[in-house]
Amino acid sequence: MSQQKTELAVAALRNGTVIDHIPCEAVYKAVRILRLEDAGTAVTIGNNLPSDRMGRKGIIKVADRFFDESDLDRIAIIAPTAVVNIIEDYKVVEKRQVQLPQTIKGIVHCSNPKCITNNEPMETCFEVVSTNPTRLRCRYCNRTIGGVEAEIAQ
Amino acid sequence: MNQGSLVSIDDISKEQILDLLDRAAYFEAHPNSKLLDGKVVATLFFEPSTRTRLSFETAVNRLGGRVIGFSDAATSSTSKGETLKDTIKMVSNYADLIVMRHHLEGAARYATEVTDVPIVNAGDGANQHPSQTMLDLYSIVKTQGRLENLTITMVGDLKYGRTVHSLLMAMRYFNPRFRFVSSPELEMPREYIEICRDLGIEYTEHRDFSPEVINSSDIIYMTRVQRERFSDPMEYEKVKNLYSLRRDMLGNTRPGMRILHPLPRVNEIDRDVDDCPQAYYFEQARNGVFARQAIITRALNIDPTR
Repeated sequence: MSQQKTELAVAALRNGTVIDHIPCEAVYKAVRILRLEDAGTAVTIGNNLPSDRMGRKGIIKVADRFFDESDLDRIAIIAPTAVVNIIEDYKVVEKRQVQLPQTIKGIVHCSNPKCITNNEPMETCFEVVSTNPTRLRCRYCNRTIGGVEAEIAQ
Repeated sequence: MNQGSLVSIDDISKEQILDLLDRAAYFEAHPNSKLLDGKVVATLFFEPSTRTRLSFETAVNRLGGRVIGFSDAATSSTSKGETLKDTIKMVSNYADLIVMRHHLEGAARYATEVTDVPIVNAGDGANQHPSQTMLDLYSIVKTQGRLENLTITMVGDLKYGRTVHSLLMAMRYFNPRFRFVSSPELEMPREYIEICRDLGIEYTEHRDFSPEVINSSDIIYMTRVQRERFSDPMEYEKVKNLYSLRRDMLGNTRPGMRILHPLPRVNEIDRDVDDCPQAYYFEQARNGVFARQAIITRALNIDPTR
């Protein structure tokens, strides 16, 4: 019931993608992962909204945009609890939890200043070494970082 | 990725490690074999390391190959702002094998992704140095006659010392018993402790470098405690002598026990230990040439016995 209220609080979507149940601290990182700064369509971002399941949560609604599954799954790095809803004509036609990929190319910045990826024009690459909590290992320098505190590359 | 490269000891299997050790033993018996006749090996030392470079170049020369390269990035196009990728691609046109050392971590892994020429990592920052591990393993098998079921005591800087981490990873195949002797600031990182636990490897952690620990070891692997690792200089002064080895501590060791050290040492092994039968660190460095001959021939898919 409260979920419905929340969704109404941030305006209903006719067509597009809703990413719900994002931990509050991960909302703006999710915005960057999906490169929504450059989105040409309406984007609604809600944060610190009440949630039965999480206490507080964030939500992102993107009108008239449908993302590749692999792009959405990248959100799992920082928000493993996130749920994607595909909306068509005000109806949820698909609902699924994001799935953490085994390998993450680009997106995450390595926190080791002496890592080759921070000194050479190249893409980063991380392997997921554990989930819950998510830990990633840099393919190059082997440093492990926590998914939640992962810095998202520009 | 190219086949013969050696970037990290973690990448190779037990069988591949044993194959490299067989090759090293062959090269100790036959140090001069013209197996690299007509081959060019590039030694790209973006960061200076005289000992490692000379050891690799000696290995190539003893195998009859030719060496090109540089010993300092200041004399390469890196100083003009060339990317690592471009340097590696350019050198790949000239050489059959690239041996590289770089101050940036992951440089060798990245190099394998931009060329088909095999890459041998001769050290990438604080990350990996697999030829050191191979010479450590060769020294262990040579002095103990086996790798299985040995008690290996690692002493000093277990936190930052990449040699002890790589040795632990390589020894995990051989049912070792580990003793980790260090101050709390420099203890073995938890991820390696967890690896031991997951694999059922017996280990104990110690603050004291006690006679019990010394006298029940087959190998004592000493490392240098570096001043710059300590935020408090007093703490360094306190710790540095706790983990040093003196002759009078070696009275009751196991008969075959040997002391290893990746060198250079400072004061963690007293000079008067050098003449003891247990001291093996200088011979260990000599084994480096055989271990590197093994790595080079494996990288080029050359069977030395044919």
